[in-house]
Amino acid sequence: MFQILNEKGEVVNEDAMPDLSDEDLKEIMKRMVYTRILDQRSIALNRQGRLGFYAPTAGQEASQLGSQYALTKEDFILPGYRDVPQLIWQGLPLYQAFLFSRGHFKGNQMPEGVNAVSPQIIIGAQITQTAGVGLGFKKRKEDAIAITYTGDGGASQGDFYEGINFAGAFGAQAVFVVQNNQFAISVPVEKQSAAQTIAQKAVAAGIEGIQVDGMDVLAVYAATKEARQRAVDGEGPTLIETMTYRYGPHTMAGDDPTRYRTEDMDSDWEEKDPIVRFRKFLEAKDLWSEDEENEVIEQAKEDVKAAIKEADNTPKQKVTDLMENMYEELPSNLKEQYEEYKEKESK
Amino acid sequence: MAQMTMIQAITDAMRTELKNDENVLIFGEDVGQNGGVFRATEGLQDEFGEERVFDTPLAESGIGGMSIGLALTGFRPVPEIQFFGFVYETMDAINGQMARYRYRSGNTRPMPITVRSPFGGGVHTPELHADSLEGLMAQQPGLKVVIPSNPYDAKGLLIQSIRENDPVIFLEHMKLYRSFREEVPEEEYTIELGKAEVKREGTDVTLVAYGAMVHSCLKAAEELEKDGVSAEVIDLRTVSPVDYDTILASVEKTNRAVVVQEAQKQAGIASNVVSEIQEKAILHLEAPVLRVTAPDTVYAFTQAEEVWLPNHNDIVEKVNKVVNF
Repeated sequence: MFQILNEKGEVVNEDAMPDLSDEDLKEIMKRMVYTRILDQRSIALNRQGRLGFYAPTAGQEASQLGSQYALTKEDFILPGYRDVPQLIWQGLPLYQAFLFSRGHFKGNQMPEGVNAVSPQIIIGAQITQTAGVGLGFKKRKEDAIAITYTGDGGASQGDFYEGINFAGAFGAQAVFVVQNNQFAISVPVEKQSAAQTIAQKAVAAGIEGIQVDGMDVLAVYAATKEARQRAVDGEGPTLIETMTYRYGPHTMAGDDPTRYRTEDMDSDWEEKDPIVRFRKFLEAKDLWSEDEENEVIEQAKEDVKAAIKEADNTPKQKVTDLMENMYEELPSNLKEQYEEYKEKESK
Repeated sequence: MAQMTMIQAITDAMRTELKNDENVLIFGEDVGQNGGVFRATEGLQDEFGEERVFDTPLAESGIGGMSIGLALTGFRPVPEIQFFGFVYETMDAINGQMARYRYRSGNTRPMPITVRSPFGGGVHTPELHADSLEGLMAQQPGLKVVIPSNPYDAKGLLIQSIRENDPVIFLEHMKLYRSFREEVPEEEYTIELGKAEVKREGTDVTLVAYGAMVHSCLKAAEELEKDGVSAEVIDLRTVSPVDYDTILASVEKTNRAVVVQEAQKQAGIASNVVSEIQEKAILHLEAPVLRVTAPDTVYAFTQAEEVWLPNHNDIVEKVNKVVNF
């Protein structure tokens, strides 16, 4: 397993150390702390009924943000349902992420220049689409990649294999990240496959595969950066398996992890917390303080408050809005129904 | 003008659009150097290069997903599914994904994709080649489903389908590929989607059909004429959305209708047409609207096609029932 920082925050692989400035290192820490707070607030808001669908992210900050930090604005993200943080750091306004959670189409309207699509609910569908975006970039000779994310369970899907295999056959400019958080809802990764790693599934597609410590933000960043470079250099796609953990439930829709996880397992993984580890690393370099961390926490809380307010102020959806988003031009059946609903809405 | 078979008209339409728009890409299993299992893409890779016309690995879901990804980067994909019976492998990519993308993105990520695929019986294909599955696609909001019955329509409808900025399922009946030739203009032209055509005017009964059944209806109409029954034949050309205006205008004139499809009774789109007629024109009807369809079994084993597929005799029989109701 590729690792740069151990659990104590010590550099164990100096040669692989990515070229990041002090500012970059601090920015990465800020983003991880901010995202942890965002997760806590999102869970609370969900419990209050002020958010809808929510898939907790705590524990996966290094995996999600380390990989996103290696991207440029030109790169295209095809996220899974748990990968909202990557979208936010790629430029999706927070209030829109909240609208996605609530179920409002405006949450899925990526602002101009944010190269991404909204989180994919059909596990595996994003993988074949990523092969297509990556092939599109290759055909257009763009200095950009498509990056996608799925979980350990997702690697059992047919579309997972087809996607990485197509990308390999076409030399698509693509990076596939499997965030192995050990469980697909209640099913442990051992029950998904007899394969010892998910990274080795890359062999079936004839592409590069690497297993990374997904709790080590520097390792995830370095692996993604390298995979990105290989892709734009025409050396083909890469499969990255990040070994990570979700501290929370699968989603907020009634999943109870105590039914399938032990306390020992939770505490083992808590010792690997990506934020604790990176904090130690930065503190040893005198780049991080409690004050700075508190500042980030306060900022995150304020932003969440403002964003939820903006989400509240977004006009309610009408059936005619939904109809208008179906086709470039309304077909005859919808034209007729549009008139009916326009009439209803005018009352 | 040139005499073309339907398959030649289809190739001509693709050639036209490859020339017109550099974003048009054609791909699928064996569509490249081989020119397609039916020769639909013959010569296109030689003329436009492997960047534009290319083979894919054998995986329909991958083809569907890749089409979406290419559309996200500004291309206009025209993928082929070798036989439409294989659509089940890519139902998510088509119905679960591309059909919904414009909507799910709040009108920011359109999918200008045309999925071409052969289907249809009467040519003794093996299992799951000939099944009529247009009904599945017609139930999916976000798609348009086009089924031409002749070379002229095939060219105009395919060019228009490729130019649409929303996904179109373009189904090509295998029996019609080379069964006859007709005059097809060499220049480009389009036929609007969602518009039916009256193929034969009549006053006593309206026959609504699409695909190979259009020809069965025309043959039935000739026989009926001998018995003094004047049948109007409507070729839907697009089965989603259906051009109900043309159907209703005809029914208001003839006061009787029979809807004809090759698909099983529980499948296809005939039931939609019957519903719409009864909702909008019940006071014009002298008799119930009847359907001519295949029986509700799995598609026939090859040797049973002749007794299983609906034909012009079935149509004559149903029309007589309606006329003598």
